[in-house]
Amino acid sequence: MQITLAQLKRGQHGIIADVSSIHIPLKLLEMGCLPGNLVELVQVAPFSDPMYLNINGTHLAIRKETALHIIIDLPDV
Amino acid sequence: MSKQINVALIGNPNTGKTSVFNALTGLNQKVGNYPGITVEKKQGLCKLPRGVKAHIIDLPGTYSLNASSLDENVVIELLLNKNDKDFPDVAVVVSDVENLKRNLLLFTQIKDLEIPTILVINMSDRMRKKGILLDIPLLEKELNTKIALVSTRKREGIDNLKQLIADYRKLSTEPCLKASEIDSVYFDSLKEAFPNQLLYKLWLVITQDVNFGKTDRNEIETINSFKTKSKADLKRLQQKETIKRYQFINNTLKKGQTVDLASATDLRIKLDRILTHKVWGYLIFGVILLTIFQAIYDWAQVPMDLIDRLFVFLSEWTKSALPSGVFTSLLAEGIIPGLGGIVIFIPQIAFLFLFISLLEESGYMSRVVFLMDRIMRRFGLSGKSVVPLISGTACAIPAIMATRNIESWKERLITILVTPFTTCSARLPVYLIIIELVIPEGRFLGLGYQPLTLMLLYIIGFATALVSAWMLDRILKIKKKTFFVVEMPNYKLPLFKNVAITVIEKTKAFVFGAGKIILAISIILWFLASYGPGDDFNNAAEIVSAQSSSKDFSSEELREEIASYKLEHSYIGIAGHAIEPAIRPLGYDWKIGIAIVSSFAAREVFVGTLATIYSVGSGDQETIKSRMAGEVNPILGGPLFNFASGISLLLFYAFAMQCASTLAIVKKETNTWKWPMLQLFIMSGFAYVVALVAYQLLI
Repeated sequence: MQITLAQLKRGQHGIIADVSSIHIPLKLLEMGCLPGNLVELVQVAPFSDPMYLNINGTHLAIRKETALHIIIDLPDV
Repeated sequence: MSKQINVALIGNPNTGKTSVFNALTGLNQKVGNYPGITVEKKQGLCKLPRGVKAHIIDLPGTYSLNASSLDENVVIELLLNKNDKDFPDVAVVVSDVENLKRNLLLFTQIKDLEIPTILVINMSDRMRKKGILLDIPLLEKELNTKIALVSTRKREGIDNLKQLIADYRKLSTEPCLKASEIDSVYFDSLKEAFPNQLLYKLWLVITQDVNFGKTDRNEIETINSFKTKSKADLKRLQQKETIKRYQFINNTLKKGQTVDLASATDLRIKLDRILTHKVWGYLIFGVILLTIFQAIYDWAQVPMDLIDRLFVFLSEWTKSALPSGVFTSLLAEGIIPGLGGIVIFIPQIAFLFLFISLLEESGYMSRVVFLMDRIMRRFGLSGKSVVPLISGTACAIPAIMATRNIESWKERLITILVTPFTTCSARLPVYLIIIELVIPEGRFLGLGYQPLTLMLLYIIGFATALVSAWMLDRILKIKKKTFFVVEMPNYKLPLFKNVAITVIEKTKAFVFGAGKIILAISIILWFLASYGPGDDFNNAAEIVSAQSSSKDFSSEELREEIASYKLEHSYIGIAGHAIEPAIRPLGYDWKIGIAIVSSFAAREVFVGTLATIYSVGSGDQETIKSRMAGEVNPILGGPLFNFASGISLLLFYAFAMQCASTLAIVKKETNTWKWPMLQLFIMSGFAYVVALVAYQLLI
C-alpha cells in the first residue's frame, strides 16, 4: 500500500517509493532520502510537525509540508 | 628544509571534525575570517613525523559539494581554485562511524576532484557498542585511499593519521565515479567544449546555485553560455548523480561493513523518548534555561568581587607608586577603571559560553530546534531560529552568523532583525550593576529578587524578539520558500578539550574586541573630563572657594566641591549638559547621558564610562558600585540611581540598538544598510519611549 510520508504513524516504517524532486531540496536527497531506502518515524512534535525520521540510519527532522511530497510503500501486514 | 603540507579538513556537520582539528593542532590554532565575508576561518599548525609541518585548515561542515549557504560555498571555492594559497595538497575527510554511508557521499565527490583524499573514520570507540564491523583493508581497496580509524575521545589513531598525511604523495587520485556516467551525451559535449578541464569540476561549477566568490569567474561566464539544460533538468541530473554515488557506496559497504543491529544498545532512543516528548521535552528545556541563568548569577559572584577589588587596588597602587602627573592620572583614572569595567564580566561571559557550547556539543540543541519549530513558525521564524536566539544571549554577532543554515530567506531575515533584542552578554554588565543598586535583596519562593529581575529582563528580550518577528512576518512582503531539514545527531558526552577551547577563544575574542573600544573610549573620556575651555574650568578652585566662603566647608569637602565643579565645566560636562534636556524626562543626569551616548559603540562601555567619569577627581578608594550608589539626583535630591530611574535605564538598555559591530554584521549578512538602519532607529526610538513611560509612571 502506498501513502505519503506525512501519514506515517510513530514507530511505523516503510520504503521510500518516490520523491517529487521539484519539491524536495537536494540536501534532503543527499542525506539519503532516496527511493528504495527504509524510513521510520521516530518521533513527532505536537500536531505531528516537524517529523523526526530515521532514513537508513540517518536521523533527521523535516516539516510535514515536505513529508507530503514523499511517497512510501508500507510493508504488507 | 621541506615545504609545509597544506591540509584541508572536510566533513559533514556533527562528525567530530573540530575534535580532530583540535587533536591535530592543540592550542596552536588561529581563528579569523575569510577575506570579505564573515565565515569563520580556522587554521592551525601540526608537526608531522620526520620534521615535516602541516598547515591545517578546518573548513565549514557540509553535506556535499552542492553549496546551499555561504559557509558551504567556502569549501567549494577552495577546492575548485588551484591557485588559492590554501589549496590542499591533501584533503582529510572526517566521517563518523555510525553515519559512514552518508559521510561517504562527500568523500566520493572530493575524490572525484582528483585531490589526494584520506578518509578518517572518527568515533571508532563506538564501533563495538553499535555492533559495527569494518574490513579496513577491503574498504581502502574499494575506495582507493588510506583510512585512519580515529577516536578523539580515547586519543587513538591521531599519530597514524599524521603519518598518512606526511605520506600523502603515495595516495591514488583515481575518481570513484566517472562523471560521464551521469549523462553521457551531455558530458561528451562538455568534454568537446573544454577538452583540458576536469569534467566533474566543470559539472560542479555549472550546477552551483550560489556563487558568492570571485574564483573562476571567467570560467563560469564561459560555461554559463554553454549551459544548455534547464534548471529542472540540471536538478534531475544532480539527483541521478546522488543515486549513482549511493549505489557505489552501498556496493562498497556491502562488502566492507557488517552491522549487527541486535547488539546495538541505543541510548539515543531512550533519551529522545524523554527529551523530545510533547510534555517532558518542553519542561526539561525550561528547567535547563532556568538553571543556566541562576548559575550565571550565583557562580560568577565570587570571582567578580575579586576582580573588582583587584582593579581598585591597581588604581590606588598606580597613584601611589608612580610620580604624579598627567600620565599617572590618565592611567589611574582613565585606563584602569575603564578596563576594570570589562574584565569584571569575564567570569559571567565565560559561563555563558560554557553552557551554550555544552548544549551544542551534546547534540541537545537539535532537539530544541525540533521541539520549537512549530511554535517559532507561528511568529514567522524557523525552529532553527532558536539557536541564534539562544546564542544571542552570548553575543548577537555569532548569533546572526548562525542564521545561515536557515533555508528560507524570509525566516532568516526576520531572525537577523529580531536577534539583537535577546539579552546579550554586553547588556549583562549594565543590568547587573543597576540591579544591585535598585532591586532589594529579599527572596521570593527561594529565588532572590535580583536573579528574578535578571531573568525577567531575559524574558522581556525574548518576548520582544518574538512579537516583533510576528509583526515583521505580516509586514514583509517576501515570497516564502520553506525547506526545513535538520539532522538529529546522536547524543555525545561533550569533549572537555573542545568545550575549553571554545570558551577560551570566544571569551578572548569578546574581551579583546570590546577591550580595544573601551580603552580608546576611556582615554578620550578621561581627556574630555580632565580638561575644559574657559575660565570656569581653569579657575575652578578660586570660584568655588569664593562661592563657598560663607559656608563652613572642611578642606576635604571643599576639594570635592572643586572637583565636581571642574567636571561640570569640562568638555564632557558641557557636552553632557547639552543633551540633558533629552534624557531628563527619563530620570537620568548628564553623566548617565554621556555613558549612554558612548555605549552606542558597544553597550558594555556604559559601566566603564561611568567608572571613568566618577573616578576623575575623586581620591577615595571606592568601587564603581559604591560611587554610583553615592550619586545624588541634582534636582530631586535622594540617590540618582533609584527604583524609577533604574528600571527606566534597564528598559532602555533592553530595547535600544547600541552596538556598532552588530550593525556592521547585519549590513554584511543582508548586503544593504537598509536593515541595520531600520534596527538602529526603530529599536532605539522604542527604547526611549518605553524608558520615558516607565520613569514617569514610577516616579
